Amino acid sequence: MTELEFEFLRGWLKTRSGLALTAEKRYLVDSRLGTVCRRFKLAGLSELAAALKLGRDPALEGAVVEAMTTNETFFFRDRAPFDLFKDVLLPKMLAARASTRRLRIWCAAASSGQEPYSIAMLLDEAKSRMPGWTVEIVATDISTEILDRAKAGLYSQFEVQRGLPINLLLKYFTQEGDGWRLSPAIRSMVSFRPLNLIRDFGGLGTFDIVYCRNVLIYFDGPTKTDVLRRLSASLSPDGMMVLGAAETVIGLTDALSPHPDHRGLYVPSRAAAPAPLRLVATR
Amino acid sequence: MKHCLIVDDSAVIRKVARRILEGLGFRASEAEDGEQALLACRGEMPDAILLDWNMPVMDGYEFLKQLRLLPGGEAPKVVFCTTENDVAHIARAMRAGANEYIMKPFDKEIMTAKLQEVGLC
Repeated sequence: MTELEFEFLRGWLKTRSGLALTAEKRYLVDSRLGTVCRRFKLAGLSELAAALKLGRDPALEGAVVEAMTTNETFFFRDRAPFDLFKDVLLPKMLAARASTRRLRIWCAAASSGQEPYSIAMLLDEAKSRMPGWTVEIVATDISTEILDRAKAGLYSQFEVQRGLPINLLLKYFTQEGDGWRLSPAIRSMVSFRPLNLIRDFGGLGTFDIVYCRNVLIYFDGPTKTDVLRRLSASLSPDGMMVLGAAETVIGLTDALSPHPDHRGLYVPSRAAAPAPLRLVATR
Repeated sequence: MKHCLIVDDSAVIRKVARRILEGLGFRASEAEDGEQALLACRGEMPDAILLDWNMPVMDGYEFLKQLRLLPGGEAPKVVFCTTENDVAHIARAMRAGANEYIMKPFDKEIMTAKLQEVGLC
């Protein structure tokens, strides 16, 4: 792949998915797109770039975006965001929404489903405290292929061991061949939808809790700012957003502020609300 | 420094587990079967036990039952670490008093997650 073709691919990916392909990540192009070339019977990366330029093959375009998307995830990844959900976010929302008993949660980069399903299991564990509640978990990802995997809820032995406590494995999964299938009850708590975060997502409505972890790190500064601004608009006024450990809003947007007591938790900024009108005496 | 006893009849598994555990800041000791492990626990009760299921002389399940009857034997966090990966085995181990369960093959990440789960990491 020539320098010019790499630059084209970089611009194309940015426009299509928001992914910022830095020069240091160039090796990913060879390793990940080689498979796409073979699948679509293309001679090499130059031919792939030419095909993308023509823009006549949506299946190829989808495959390139999916190949370049990182889908690394596991159950209860990093633990702390899930302890936060169990110990802080859920109790706070159970009190704040006691009159409506409705709760909307969004996992904005759901990948193969481990994050929304971890939250669903925590909600199931707390169900005795939530009689009559309606909880909606919306899980989105740019990759339709990975969402199909998520919906199936079938995981390998390796995947179920990464972070999933054994008691939850026994309680919520059944063995199926070499894999483990999540129970239909937990799977039915999550609704999966394809979504590109760089496009408008206002149609999803307002959420009380948003998990958007380990996706902003793949965007450049202006894209991060734009996505964060729109994410903040999708939060209810007392809503809360959880970002990945390596992510922050600082220097990107004033619409969200770090929670003083909980690392990785962000809340809508009061300062970002429209200032009340003030009458100014004029002469 | 937390002490973890590795109980496995495979020298290779003991070596891999020792390397991971020491990397996580544990002091590691080894036993080749349940009987050796019981003897070791009578001498010094470890904080954690990484336990294989199928071993000569005394298997992991029998060891666990006898361990829990020893004075102070309820204290160690026991993580089964075995190729036995069916639900019946896992459920039996948990009923017998295991705290966590690792299905081989495992890696550092899985070991860390399980030790975190039992509050030792």
